[in-house]
Amino acid sequence: MATETTNQKLQSYELMVIFTPVLAEEEYKAAQQKFSDIITTNGGSIVHSDAMGLRSLAYPIAKKTTGLYWLIEYQSPTDVNVKLEVQLGRDESIMRQMITRLDKYAVEYNERRRSGVKLTHTPKNATEGVETEEEA
Amino acid sequence: MAKQNDIKYLSTTRVDRRPKKYCRFKKLGIKYIDYKDAEFLKKFLNDQGKMLPRRLSGNSLKYQRKVAVAIKKARQMALLPYVTDLMK
Repeated sequence: MATETTNQKLQSYELMVIFTPVLAEEEYKAAQQKFSDIITTNGGSIVHSDAMGLRSLAYPIAKKTTGLYWLIEYQSPTDVNVKLEVQLGRDESIMRQMITRLDKYAVEYNERRRSGVKLTHTPKNATEGVETEEEA
Repeated sequence: MAKQNDIKYLSTTRVDRRPKKYCRFKKLGIKYIDYKDAEFLKKFLNDQGKMLPRRLSGNSLKYQRKVAVAIKKARQMALLPYVTDLMK
């Protein structure tokens, strides 16, 4: 713990990036790796990375109608995002990015969605102890 | 006898009571509204892509605001349009 900075709480964040659609497969992967590394080398940990791939945009961005989406959920100390944003701004293949902070409900929702558990709707008073059934 | 019929119709005829509107998030215990879920968020937009007011969507104030934030995020990430025709 000697090199650890002063007690920093880990926060959950979600980064969504839209790359230009003309990116080749390797460049796409390389870019993802680059930003994942920025997060991990600064003391973050990656919870989940999801390359959603080519999608149609709802409106043209920079005259393009499709984009390569990339979603990554990570936990990191709170100062990492500034560095990340600087690097994201420098990259020319990025059309748009958005970093969202996830509260506990969001984290829970993401976990539930990933594990494929289907939620039967809870009545108003239930907090935990949600009824779940495995997706067939 | 025509007069008799008229009087009948002049009294308040009970039209079917509309089903009571409720906030679907409160009722189902949903706490987080995902901006990535465009199909779900489309329920809260009209056919031009504009957000529906609370009196039409039935949401409580707290969740209407969360929905609004989610829709704005989705719009920024081009998952939903800002303005369009014939969305539905």
